[in-house]
Amino acid sequence: MRFQTPVLLVALLALVGISLWLGAASVTSWQDAWLFGVSRLPRTAAALLAGAGLALAGVVVQQVVQNRLVEPSLTGTTESAMLGLLLVTLWAPGMAIAGKMTLAALAGLAGTGGFLMLAQRAPRQDPMLLPIVGLIYAGIIWAATTWIAWSTDLLQYLGVWRLAEFSGVMQGRYEWLWAVGALALLLYAVADRITILGLGREQARSLGLNYGQTRALGLVIVSVLSALVLVTVGAFPFVGLIAPNLVSRWRGDNLRGNLPIIALGGGGLVLASDVIGRVLRYPFEIPAALVFSVFGAVIFLWLLFAAPARSGGQS
Amino acid sequence: MIQIEGLSYRVGKTPILHDISLTLKPGGITALIGPNGAGKSSLLHCISGLHDLAAGHIRIDGLDPLRAPDRDRARVVALLQQSPGVVSRLRVRELVGFGRWPHHQGRPTAQDTAMVDAALESFTLTDLADRTLESLSGGQRQRAFIAMTYAQDTPWLLLDEPLNALDPRHARDLMARLRRLVQDTGRSIVIVLHDINAAAGWADRIVAMKDGRVIGHQDTPDLLTPDMLETVFDMRFDVLTHQGRPVVISR
Repeated sequence: MRFQTPVLLVALLALVGISLWLGAASVTSWQDAWLFGVSRLPRTAAALLAGAGLALAGVVVQQVVQNRLVEPSLTGTTESAMLGLLLVTLWAPGMAIAGKMTLAALAGLAGTGGFLMLAQRAPRQDPMLLPIVGLIYAGIIWAATTWIAWSTDLLQYLGVWRLAEFSGVMQGRYEWLWAVGALALLLYAVADRITILGLGREQARSLGLNYGQTRALGLVIVSVLSALVLVTVGAFPFVGLIAPNLVSRWRGDNLRGNLPIIALGGGGLVLASDVIGRVLRYPFEIPAALVFSVFGAVIFLWLLFAAPARSGGQS
Repeated sequence: MIQIEGLSYRVGKTPILHDISLTLKPGGITALIGPNGAGKSSLLHCISGLHDLAAGHIRIDGLDPLRAPDRDRARVVALLQQSPGVVSRLRVRELVGFGRWPHHQGRPTAQDTAMVDAALESFTLTDLADRTLESLSGGQRQRAFIAMTYAQDTPWLLLDEPLNALDPRHARDLMARLRRLVQDTGRSIVIVLHDINAAAGWADRIVAMKDGRVIGHQDTPDLLTPDMLETVFDMRFDVLTHQGRPVVISR
């Protein structure tokens, strides 16, 4: 278990190297160095940051609803944020990106709140029920969004937002994603509190946690992270599901130690998808989110059907 | 001392507890008994400040559990929920460690670590300390949660049917451990028990409840009379004495 972390770090660094090196133009001379700064470096950083943000959002929302099979695109967060973004585009197309992001985050927060109300009424016995409820709920919001986009001729926007890809990422168009780093630090500071949330309302309160306040903080972080990624690169489903689940199987559920690994894991998965998408039909590209849905589905099935990991010690 | 005055509690419009007034003396084990739906768990949750009351008020050693800051409350009273259904991959040591959270809020001291070790030791969890909760049996998991409540080191421990998932041996071990705990440390335990004989064998005092009301609160041998038991459970019991403790047998 101890030697695995360095191995994964080396793999991540290798990915970063490939991502920086890979491209239609080969960077050979100093004159080409600007390509690095303007395109390849931002692209690599964006993939890592977006993945980290999505993975962190996933693990927090899982703790809040005490179900590891949900993530922001299964709680209506992403879809509501998209609806918010569409409405801003409709009513105030010239709004600065910070404003758009704020409104998308608020819409995401409202949508997550709605899901939470549904979740409190759903029976707990079957863990599969909640993601299905979330899927339907997100589907309804998505349908409404599509209808509005269709009747206002904005369907094209939705297409762009729905499938994240990084070919458009350049210097000056992704820097908001660095806010993911700040939020990750904030999350790390409250890691114990988020872990205690996962013990459920009553047990958490009995341990002296201000449950309502902590849950609200968690949901705000989830919404902001989702909106950040959505507005800068587009929706990227299932990273928030896969990364936390892989880490949980490997290292357990104590977030104090796991949050950095979940963040790096999410970043690595997204960057890997981007690299694969750039290689498969070189020099053309396949959107990273599309690549990830294929691999993610396989990993998810494995997570569902593989026997639960037994004692932690030897794994 | 826990003082409850005029406590009423409702879920929506359904009344659960009616006008309960009760004073629990510190020290020793107080058992709550009564048929299903009598309101035992609800009373326990109300005492730990987790339910809003329709009327009445509660004081635990002078502290109002509904108004005190969460952290202060969590250092006076600890609640163990009925069969915590959490299927978590937290390790046993991590879970028990969270019992210390109200004290250190994320920065455990050497004293906290020692307390966690002691809790693991006294609930024979040392060998399981690095296992995840998910990989444990129901009874082991139950013990891990009790150890967390114990590590919280509060003067009052409220336990909601802790014997539920335990086989007879572990049930006896747990009661004996709680007995020793109150003797050695002077802490007070309020415990919901389904098994009347567990109460008869181990509790110092018994609170009998029915239909959301307290109908008896006395020392164990005084409360366990056939008449009282018939009023509470609507069936006849014989009460014998074995090795100085009452034993209850249904007819």
